[in-house]
Amino acid sequence: MSERPIRILIAKPGLDGHDRGAKIIARALRDGGFEVIYTGLHQTPEMIAEAAVQEDVDAVGLSILSGAHMTLFPAIQKLLEGKGLKGVALFGGGIIPEEDANELKKGGIDEIFTPGASTEDIVGWARDHIRRN
Amino acid sequence: MTAPARKPEPPQRRYTTISDMEVDPVYGPDSATGRDYREDIGDPGEYPFTRGAYPTMYRGKLWTMRQFAGFGTPEDTNRRFRFLLARGQTGLSTAFDMPTLMGYDADHERSLGEVGREGVSVSSLADMETLFDGIRLDQVTTSMTVNCTASIVLAMYFALAEKQGVALERVGGTIQNDMLKEFSAQNEWISPPRPSVRVIIDMIEYCTEHAPRWHPVSISGYHIREAGSTAVQELAFTLGDGIAYVQAAVERGLDVDAFAPRLSFFFNVHNDFLEEIAKFRAARRMWAKIMRERFGAKNPRSWLLRTHAQTAGCSLTAQQPLNNIARVAIQALAAVLGGTNSLHTNSMDETLALPSEPAVLAALRTQQVIAEETGVINTADPFGGSYAMEALTDRLESEAFDYIRRIDEMGGMITAIEQGFPQKEIAEASYRYQKQLDACEKIMVGANDYFVEDEEPPLEVLRISNEVERTQVERVRARKQERSAARVEAGLAAVRDAAVNGTNLMPPMVDAVKAECTIGEISDIFREVFGEYRDPAWL
Repeated sequence: MSERPIRILIAKPGLDGHDRGAKIIARALRDGGFEVIYTGLHQTPEMIAEAAVQEDVDAVGLSILSGAHMTLFPAIQKLLEGKGLKGVALFGGGIIPEEDANELKKGGIDEIFTPGASTEDIVGWARDHIRRN
Repeated sequence: MTAPARKPEPPQRRYTTISDMEVDPVYGPDSATGRDYREDIGDPGEYPFTRGAYPTMYRGKLWTMRQFAGFGTPEDTNRRFRFLLARGQTGLSTAFDMPTLMGYDADHERSLGEVGREGVSVSSLADMETLFDGIRLDQVTTSMTVNCTASIVLAMYFALAEKQGVALERVGGTIQNDMLKEFSAQNEWISPPRPSVRVIIDMIEYCTEHAPRWHPVSISGYHIREAGSTAVQELAFTLGDGIAYVQAAVERGLDVDAFAPRLSFFFNVHNDFLEEIAKFRAARRMWAKIMRERFGAKNPRSWLLRTHAQTAGCSLTAQQPLNNIARVAIQALAAVLGGTNSLHTNSMDETLALPSEPAVLAALRTQQVIAEETGVINTADPFGGSYAMEALTDRLESEAFDYIRRIDEMGGMITAIEQGFPQKEIAEASYRYQKQLDACEKIMVGANDYFVEDEEPPLEVLRISNEVERTQVERVRARKQERSAARVEAGLAAVRDAAVNGTNLMPPMVDAVKAECTIGEISDIFREVFGEYRDPAWL
């Protein structure tokens, strides 16, 4: 029996409308064989954590271009843990300075992709690092 | 330097514009068959305005150098405004933060972490007063990039003019206020498309009557392009949005020639030099035809497309950011050769953060170099009559009109947006371009080719401290305590009545902001009366 495909939630927290990256990543992951759920824009951390539970995903990818990454990543991480989703991979991308990316990774975020990352890099990372929960 | 890994060899290489339009190796007189100079091109300043809005173009008036600025508290942005004005900038352009743009006060829970990050935080008239402290509103023209809360921000600006003792007839500037492109590209909204357009028409009507120097809408292709569209899509969807606004205003009973001269435009200017110049030429010609032939406008000023331009943020790279200065200079030159009337040049560090002071100064100086040193201002439309340029202009026009016909067949732009048509077309183009970058079929220097493996020294970027948010939240809470609750209640009630009854929202809105009703409170009325729009999340 074949295993179910890995499910990834691509989520867009915050108030900004920059969804070009999120949509490209969602499509590239889908083309790469993953099952992708896209939340759409303007999600609160609570909405994202709830969607992760409802959709029973193996990973959550956040796209943040508003500068609010240092607030939003930890908030979502905490909510996921609170819902018992500690094994769910949490990654993201956007306009995130390198020192912030390092700090987030130290705090337990699995990976941060910054401008210039190709969709192949991201799909490759997802294949290597996301496991079924 | 790394050798290009997969770049196609010359025999397989397709020669295309950045929008993936295949072009000929050389153009000649044959490509101009059937084209009549007077009819189809015309002199600068003459219908159909292919060659420019004015007869002598930049000899008569240089483009306005207008750098978009806004971050932190109103005091922070006020300082940046004065910095730019002292260095020869000729107009102001305001960037607001996300809570202001989406209709939340700084102290709302949804604003947490976003106050002052992407622009300046403005919750009430008091913030607006601080933002323009020491700047008389009849001495500058101001552009404000705000859309779903545009009516509230404009009410604040007009209320501030009154406080300064400046008559509304003397207040000049532009408010973006283009909701249709929000639904197809920039994605900032409160209510669904139809009530959103109603508020825009209220503003057009109010400004036509009371603020004749104000541009009540800036019909914007910029964000459509940034979302990943092609040049043709940028043209088609922008002018398509413009058609929808003119149609709605005419249906309201306004005389087209009374308001059309105050409509303005805002285009992107990307890397593909010839395609971009052609795009500006095609845009002017298409709009002239639309206004004269489709809407029967009689006043030549109604036919004229006047536009602001901004260099393409999406063309810049985080890698080797100094290269961005070269990109911006080339794009700015294309905008000028295309005949733009106003220009923002992006800063080299914009893929990393909001621009730092040295970066924004280099960007402004780029415009000054073009104006003062290159000589391109001497002659209007120097590319006019070039076989390649005229062929490209014709082609962009014809493909964009094809799109507009399809939109008309769907029942117009609002319906097309409700069906997700422009959204899906843009997403498709954006994904195709990304695939071409991934396959090195298209090159971004420093990003997918010509990169260096060594660590690059990081640029000093602007950081916004968390202090900004604390300051603003405390300030907004304090103002809410100090103001008269009775006046606030009366102000909001009058806005609600107008929203429900369909009378013009602007007069009660100006009164409400004078009573210190906030962005969030007035936006709540929109949410309550018009409903909230949710992202359909089309992929």
